[in-house]
Amino acid sequence: MRRFLVASSVFVFLGCGGGDGGSGGGAAAVDPLGNASITGAISFVGTAPANPTIDMADEPDCEAKFTGTPVDPIVSVSDGKLANVFIRVVGGLPDGPYPMPSEPARINQDGCLYSPRVIGAMVGQPIEITNSDPLLHNIKAMPTENRPFNISQPRAGMTTTRRFNTPEVVIPLECNVHGWMNAYVAVVDHPYFAVTGADGSFTIGGLPAGTYQVEAWHETLGTQSGEVTVEADGSATLDLTFGG
Amino acid sequence: MSWILPPSASTFASDIDFLYYVILWITGIAFVIVEVGLVVFIVKYRARPGRKAEYIQGSTKAEVIWTAIPAVTVVVIGLMSGGVWNDVKGRNSVPAGAIPYGVHAQQFEWQISYRGPDGQLGTGDDFTVRNQLHIPVNQPVVMRLTAEDVIHSLFIPAFRVKQDAMPGMTIDVWFEATQVGEFEIACAELCGIGHTTMGATVTVHTADDYQRWLADRVAAADR
Amino acid sequence: MATTALPLEKTTHATHEMSFVRKYIFSTDHKIIGIQFLLMSFVFLLFGGLMAMMMRWQLGFPDQPLPAGQLLPETMAPGGFLLPEFYNSLVTMHGTIMVFFAIMPLLVGVFGNFLIPLKIGAPDMAFPRLNMASFWIALTAGILIMAGFFVEGGAAGAGWTSYAPLSASPEWTGVVGGQQLWLVSLAVVGLASILGATNYITTVVNLRAPGMTWFRLPLSIWALFVTAILVLLAIPILSGAAIMLFFDQTIGTHFFDPTDGGQPLMWQHLFWYFGHPEVYILILPAMGFVSDIIANASRKPVFGYHSMVYALISIAFLGWIVWGHHMFMSGMNPTLGMAFMMSTMIIAVPSAIKVFNWMGTMWRGNIMFHVPMLHSVAFVSMFVIGGLSGVFMASPPVDIYFHDTYFIVAHLHYVLFGGSLFAIFGAVTFWYPKMFGKLMNPLLGKIHFWLTFVFYNLTFFPMHNLGVGGHMRRIYDPSQYEFLQPLAPLNTFITVSALLLFAAQIPFAVNFIMSWFNGEEAGENPWNDNGLEWIVPSPAPHGNFAEVPIVYRGPYEFSSPLVEEDFLPQTRKLDSDTEPAAASAAE
Repeated sequence: MRRFLVASSVFVFLGCGGGDGGSGGGAAAVDPLGNASITGAISFVGTAPANPTIDMADEPDCEAKFTGTPVDPIVSVSDGKLANVFIRVVGGLPDGPYPMPSEPARINQDGCLYSPRVIGAMVGQPIEITNSDPLLHNIKAMPTENRPFNISQPRAGMTTTRRFNTPEVVIPLECNVHGWMNAYVAVVDHPYFAVTGADGSFTIGGLPAGTYQVEAWHETLGTQSGEVTVEADGSATLDLTFGG
Repeated sequence: MSWILPPSASTFASDIDFLYYVILWITGIAFVIVEVGLVVFIVKYRARPGRKAEYIQGSTKAEVIWTAIPAVTVVVIGLMSGGVWNDVKGRNSVPAGAIPYGVHAQQFEWQISYRGPDGQLGTGDDFTVRNQLHIPVNQPVVMRLTAEDVIHSLFIPAFRVKQDAMPGMTIDVWFEATQVGEFEIACAELCGIGHTTMGATVTVHTADDYQRWLADRVAAADR
Repeated sequence: MATTALPLEKTTHATHEMSFVRKYIFSTDHKIIGIQFLLMSFVFLLFGGLMAMMMRWQLGFPDQPLPAGQLLPETMAPGGFLLPEFYNSLVTMHGTIMVFFAIMPLLVGVFGNFLIPLKIGAPDMAFPRLNMASFWIALTAGILIMAGFFVEGGAAGAGWTSYAPLSASPEWTGVVGGQQLWLVSLAVVGLASILGATNYITTVVNLRAPGMTWFRLPLSIWALFVTAILVLLAIPILSGAAIMLFFDQTIGTHFFDPTDGGQPLMWQHLFWYFGHPEVYILILPAMGFVSDIIANASRKPVFGYHSMVYALISIAFLGWIVWGHHMFMSGMNPTLGMAFMMSTMIIAVPSAIKVFNWMGTMWRGNIMFHVPMLHSVAFVSMFVIGGLSGVFMASPPVDIYFHDTYFIVAHLHYVLFGGSLFAIFGAVTFWYPKMFGKLMNPLLGKIHFWLTFVFYNLTFFPMHNLGVGGHMRRIYDPSQYEFLQPLAPLNTFITVSALLLFAAQIPFAVNFIMSWFNGEEAGENPWNDNGLEWIVPSPAPHGNFAEVPIVYRGPYEFSSPLVEEDFLPQTRKLDSDTEPAAASAAE
């Protein structure tokens, strides 16, 4: 009897170790696949459409965070460079497993706007959503491939952490208390993505040598594609342009 | 701890308030009769040695009296209510010439639309303001109330206005403000997580101020 | 109509021994089933009360974390501060649990089961195994409804009224499984109610003892009988509506979704067509118990027994044609508003009749203020308040202001708590000896009564004033509105009173449990009452009556000139009595 108990405990522990690590925590860390990187800039050519103003008269705590009239930065162009573009590798990758980004993806509700407006996350990567405003925001996610959620954060400083387990480009986030508040979460099954800042630049690192197809996505301007080849430990440039 | 309704600022508010006070008085009197009666009976008919209860089965006369008086009372209250209800909510209650506004309730905001310079609601020159209703004083107005997603309820306490906004329906809600100033709007039907934040404001202007406000807004919408 | 009481030897198991499990767990004895419902309902009363305390904390002390709130998960109350979605779930579940798993089973499941066979002279219900099924089905439903708190997205959050489209799609509430579990649970508990109602009706019609004619039935039995008919007719409507809403949620139908031809208003019609008879289900049995207890305490017949029966029947009947008064603001045709107003005004009349008849029963009585009587007088005084506040809402123009405000919350709590729950406390105390063979401690009973009465009124009376101030219902954060800010101190006062009210139930719980073990032995008839249940030992034995009882008179022959004692049991034969016809004892 004693021998049986010892033997079966061993099997139980073995069985536990290799279990599903899908929702974070249990999976063993994966080393980076390489050191190469793709860099570049996303440009906008033509006259940028005017972004709508936001009537925040009813939200003085948010309105106070703006110097002028609040504007919804849907198409954010400065010096010909386009911000809030989500770029990812869509082809040419070796098979996984891929390393999970070490930090959670973060998105903030600040001044009654989501910032950043666009973020990328890997499947299973924690996404931290923080309320920086002293008022109620809710976060409504309406994915089609993942489980939707609709939760609220009534106080400043509150943070919620969520994960998506299925790739989906892109999942819209809303706040219904402030109907103009939109954000986009792009969920990918690998970590080779980036979002452009105000200067339009991006870097995707940790790649092995190879030729990669890349797609850039903007919430209203559609997508642009390109292809780039990188040497091992090297860097290659890919610039893409969206038109007006 | 007041039984006095807060101040009102619309034409039919006084009719509604009057009905409330009539009912308050009637129910107040009934309340006193019953509660005092109970206390008197508790004291007077409590068991004491040597007493016996009286073997009484009932009294048809009493039954008739206390059936008839409540019946007549409630029927009267009902008839009094009918007229006011018809004036406020009846099929033909919206006064001719009432200025139309669109009030679109959604989780969790009120989108108020105003007719543009063409004077017609529902045309391309309309403009929309979030959570702010601006109307002129002493002028009947009618809200064309719609709902985007779930049931909400337009509640303006100072005007004694309340109407559920029903998805799939357009419901006319009319009223006439009698005072200049700002008054609060609330949502009065549980509509989800943000139900508590669906506050909005009615600003009642003088006729001239209202025209000025309208002109400013139309110009801003054009820009 | 023929009535036969089955000879005892054919119906009792008195001759064979049963295991503990058969006797007390899977029992077909109506008395054990009644006690099972009692224990289950007290547990849910506690859950519902805790939920109310959490809601009141949010309204009274929104800037303080809930005491022990850190024990709750982040999805409900991070740092002990309730989230709005959790508050909406509490609002929903408090109402649902109190209506379907506390008050309804306490009134109908407990006393319907316990009293009917005893008080009509029968050995058990007509369908004892169906009766047992009814309890276990109800308990299953109770587990299902609480399960909502443990699934992703939390418990149902669309109000106990579950209006569509809010309840029809998780998109609007963030609640997924919880809303579905809610519907399934209600359908299941509805089945339990329907089975019970079938049993009660059949039993009262067919199993009355010889001499127990319809107009010799105690009012508690009349009330339970009429209530059972209401249950049988109303619950299936809820079940049907629940199935339709469940299909909208799960398989893509659009009964209540206007974007595809559905009608949100139809949910309201269906729900309230059930819902209004439901609220009479929640009060009529209480009225019946109170009649029995007041007559007993006053040592006098019920004043106007026949009127009381007709009033019960008219309330039940009229209850079918008033449902639209919940929908005056819904956008339905305003002319309907007028029609429902008239019927609603009229239904006030039979309730008024009952109040005056209770007072008439006390008038010129010799009143013993035992604990059940304290609760029954409180019932009358508070039911009156609840009924009178209803008159305001019955007037559609006045309802414009009061609909969906705390005036309605005050009204419903005055009738359901001030009314039904006080009657339940009285009834439990009154019939406890027959259930357990012991008397509840009268001093603890009085302490519990007075504390509850005082804190109850301090909690709920000011809600009328909140309503007069325009305070809306189901509002997580009233401070968002300037016009509500002056009412904040009143909200805090109400919260403190509510917490004290909750604490005041401790003496009752202690009394209930302690008396079971250490209570004074009750004799057969500790209250010197006339009903048939008081001629059998306490606790009542399996099979109830050693021989078929014969009934010679009505249930309220107190202070009768025929005898020296101030009570005259229904089964006591006087020289002047004639035997009822054995087979056709009815009419």
